[in-house]
Amino acid sequence: MTRRASIGVAVLLVIACLLLPFVVSNYRTFQFTLVLVYAIALLGLNILTGYNGQISLGHGAFYAIGAYTAAVLMDRLGAPYWATVPAAGAVCLVAGFLFGLPALRLEGLYLALATFALGVSMPQLLKYHHLEKWTGGVQGIVIAKPEPPAFLHEAGLRMNSDQWLYFFALTVAAVMFVLGWNLLRGRVGRALIAIRDQHIAAEAMGINSALYKSLAFGVSAMYTGVAGALGAIAVQYVAPDSFTIFLSLVFLVGIVVGGLASISGALYGALFIQFVPNVADEISKAAPWAIFGLFLIGFVYLMPTGVAGAVRMLLVRFTRKGAK
Amino acid sequence: MDAFIHQVLSGLATGGIYASLALALVMIYQVTHLVNFAQGEMAMFSTYAAWSLINAGMGYWPAFLLTVLFAFALGVVIERVVIRPVEDAPVLAIVVIFIALLVILNSATGWIYSYTIKTFPSPFPKEPLFGNTYVSSHELGAIGVTLVVLVLLYVFFRFTPLGLAMRAVAQNPESSRLVGIRVGWMLALGWGLAAAVGAVAGMMIAPIVYLDPNMMGGILLYAFAAALLGGIESPFGAVLGGFVVGVLENVLGAYVIGNDLKLSVALGLIIGVLLVRPSGFFGRVHVTRV
Amino acid sequence: MKSKLVPIAALLAAALASPATLAQKKYDPGASDTEIRIGNTNPYSGPASAYGTIGKTITAYFKMVDDQGGINGRKINFISYDDAYSPPKTVEMVRKLVEQDNVLFVFQTLGTPSNTAIHKYMNMKKVPQLHVATGASKWNDPKNFPWTMGWQPNYQTEARIYAKSILQTKPDVKIGVLYQNDDYGKDYLKGLKDGLGDKAAKAIVAEVSYEVSDPTVDSQIVQLQASGANVFFNVGTPKFAAQAIRKAYDIGWKPVQYLNNVSSSIGAVLTPAGLEKSVGIITTAYLKDYSDSQWANDPAVKRWESFMKKYYPTGDLNDSSNMYGYTVARTLEQVLKQCGDNLTRENVMKQAASMKGQYIDTLLPGITITTSDNDYAPIESVQMQRFNGKRWERFGEVMGN
Repeated sequence: MTRRASIGVAVLLVIACLLLPFVVSNYRTFQFTLVLVYAIALLGLNILTGYNGQISLGHGAFYAIGAYTAAVLMDRLGAPYWATVPAAGAVCLVAGFLFGLPALRLEGLYLALATFALGVSMPQLLKYHHLEKWTGGVQGIVIAKPEPPAFLHEAGLRMNSDQWLYFFALTVAAVMFVLGWNLLRGRVGRALIAIRDQHIAAEAMGINSALYKSLAFGVSAMYTGVAGALGAIAVQYVAPDSFTIFLSLVFLVGIVVGGLASISGALYGALFIQFVPNVADEISKAAPWAIFGLFLIGFVYLMPTGVAGAVRMLLVRFTRKGAK
Repeated sequence: MDAFIHQVLSGLATGGIYASLALALVMIYQVTHLVNFAQGEMAMFSTYAAWSLINAGMGYWPAFLLTVLFAFALGVVIERVVIRPVEDAPVLAIVVIFIALLVILNSATGWIYSYTIKTFPSPFPKEPLFGNTYVSSHELGAIGVTLVVLVLLYVFFRFTPLGLAMRAVAQNPESSRLVGIRVGWMLALGWGLAAAVGAVAGMMIAPIVYLDPNMMGGILLYAFAAALLGGIESPFGAVLGGFVVGVLENVLGAYVIGNDLKLSVALGLIIGVLLVRPSGFFGRVHVTRV
Repeated sequence: MKSKLVPIAALLAAALASPATLAQKKYDPGASDTEIRIGNTNPYSGPASAYGTIGKTITAYFKMVDDQGGINGRKINFISYDDAYSPPKTVEMVRKLVEQDNVLFVFQTLGTPSNTAIHKYMNMKKVPQLHVATGASKWNDPKNFPWTMGWQPNYQTEARIYAKSILQTKPDVKIGVLYQNDDYGKDYLKGLKDGLGDKAAKAIVAEVSYEVSDPTVDSQIVQLQASGANVFFNVGTPKFAAQAIRKAYDIGWKPVQYLNNVSSSIGAVLTPAGLEKSVGIITTAYLKDYSDSQWANDPAVKRWESFMKKYYPTGDLNDSSNMYGYTVARTLEQVLKQCGDNLTRENVMKQAASMKGQYIDTLLPGITITTSDNDYAPIESVQMQRFNGKRWERFGEVMGN
């Protein structure tokens, strides 16, 4: 595609994103807010698993930590909702970095087990009776829905809270994606990929593999934690049952279907994990999971490098034809 | 003291459960160098097949044999139909296929058989051995069966040409192809054998935990941990790992940390051991080449 | 031709607008002359999919109602979505039901966490959240949440009844509790402690929990035996309750056993555990149990059986959830009948809150549904019963708050 054409597509996309909540219903707006939330989480997992080659079967745990950080700050300490998002990111950055340190010694299956264990343990930790004072135990925490800020109203912009939340999530997502793009397209991104593909050679070239790997864990967790906080604010409720191991598996499914080591893949993956279960449910009440599984197999068959990979291939074909 | 002994023995009995499924994981790993997350659901599905046969009036042992054959066929078919087309896809894509298989089998079984628990018969006597109140005859028998499977696997991989060929395929598919091993069929056979081992495990586990579509959820995780703790390439290690996990979990739950965190702490300890000894009790250390 | 039609049209318009017809027919979104739209979420996939059968039974029941002409001439359009027992998904699906499908109300959403997630939303939107499928006590709060109503007896009340019975029968009681580590298990535990009052600290010698991911509860039962408990309060879902009963018997622990109502099915729990191992177990019930031989010739249970065979043939007859779904669907049918042609959300809530001793024939004799403006707990009473090796023997009076 020519440069002008791609700029044109990008501008159209931005306009579409901005207009969306004024075109579709509140309920759809809410769904697209969730898509943005999942996209941030998937980008986080992709940094770790797609770019750096460290598998995580337990990223739902960081999503949960982010969500609970937001909920506890809002409910117990009265923090404003917008302040909880960076706080959740910071908490998860530290948590991810700390988890990444011992995980350095684990590879492949062993790392899979360690992260799987983290994902399975998280709901139990959230229920743990000594933490109940903060987490609300099995009952979880109900939080208030953010209203659009007053200055918007004064400026004559009338918005309901669903629309406002969408724009809030869109802003956070935009910031996170631009940051991610800068990070992954530069030196750091190349180092991460080098470690994934040839870690011994990468070290020989002077890349501090241990530091980069634990940093990748921290940054990845931070993204997922930010998503968790946004998700909690959108849903207005956190409970241990919201963050079972299936959430972690769904994230993994999301990055593979969307496209490993691809920034746009996070968005495709988010659309998949948000909407395909609903489609499966429409097809069969008797066994919706079976339908979901068939969709998964179908996607992997047709697009083994994910939707992003397929789109890339189509674009290449399209531009070649255009050149002829 | 009596209670402590009881906890340990009861832990060994549940450890036997983990060991039996861990063997199936070791089996599939030997051939593919992957851990199949759908192994538990495949075992569960096969056990339902056995239940149907027995319910239709078939004797236990004929049903047992037929189920093992059925599971073998199921494994081969899944490899040929579902896995083969994505053979060259990234490893994570295959992991996603495993997740897909897991949810499909789970959901389909629930749809066919409903979710109410079912009793599954045991081939062993109802009365406990020597009138003890610690371990039931079935639990002892199941451990015995697991040990038999273990010996069979060991002999298979050590001494039979087929077993050696399979290990060669997992280690180095290209060289194996060059020396005339039919790599594709070895993989399919490996899947079949792993499914058969899983079916035996399922039929031994179901009388203890009852038969239901979600019966393998927790067990798979413990079996996975057990297999890695023992050394994923070693059948002996997997069985030993199973027993260790079973006892560890009971003792932690009853005396140390309480039941609500025993899973988390047990997993944490296992990971701790793996940090110090990354190849498990019996695994071999691999040297990475650039 | 044209001029002749005008007066007729005017007349018709006048008739339609007349106050008499307006008073009779009142509709909110989701209701019309031909249809009532009802929303629901159930876990058809995910870890709690065993409960999805309730949604399937209710769907089948309204199919039958429609085949027989509907309620007051209106077809029931029962829209049920999968929420996989995940609260965020429940929020999403319930918003779809309310904002896109325009249902008149939401009925039998399942699970305490899922219902908590939509509790505020439903009350803000003023859409009834009717007969929720959870036994938590918080659904009976008409002052703060006038649009939410439970249905089944709540767990805490039930546990208090056991506490009363334990105190009456055993002077030097030592209770061991097995409970599922979630809202359901903890509600029972709280009810038991409340019921025991100041004796609780001394009476309860062990409380051990299990997780749904645990393969067995054998270790927990060994712990309870070692605690020296002579009363066993079993708060497990069917699979774990059955494992516990069997294990207690096998290791020679012989306490007085109290079993929570969720697992009181003979077919789905006691038979797998072993009928001979279940003798003497005490529980409470409010529904008839299909697998209990005493109801083999009961006409109501027979009707249920033929309904299941015709409309939900893949449903397991031994699963008490199917009896539950049928009975709650019939409760709703009664509410809608009472609504008549006034199908506003307000009136649905009003009618649901004006049940006066309504009996539905799949409830145990003596158990009735009573609600009012300040009582949003439809079924409050239960019947104690003891297992004699073959069937449940009811004893004592029907007990409530």
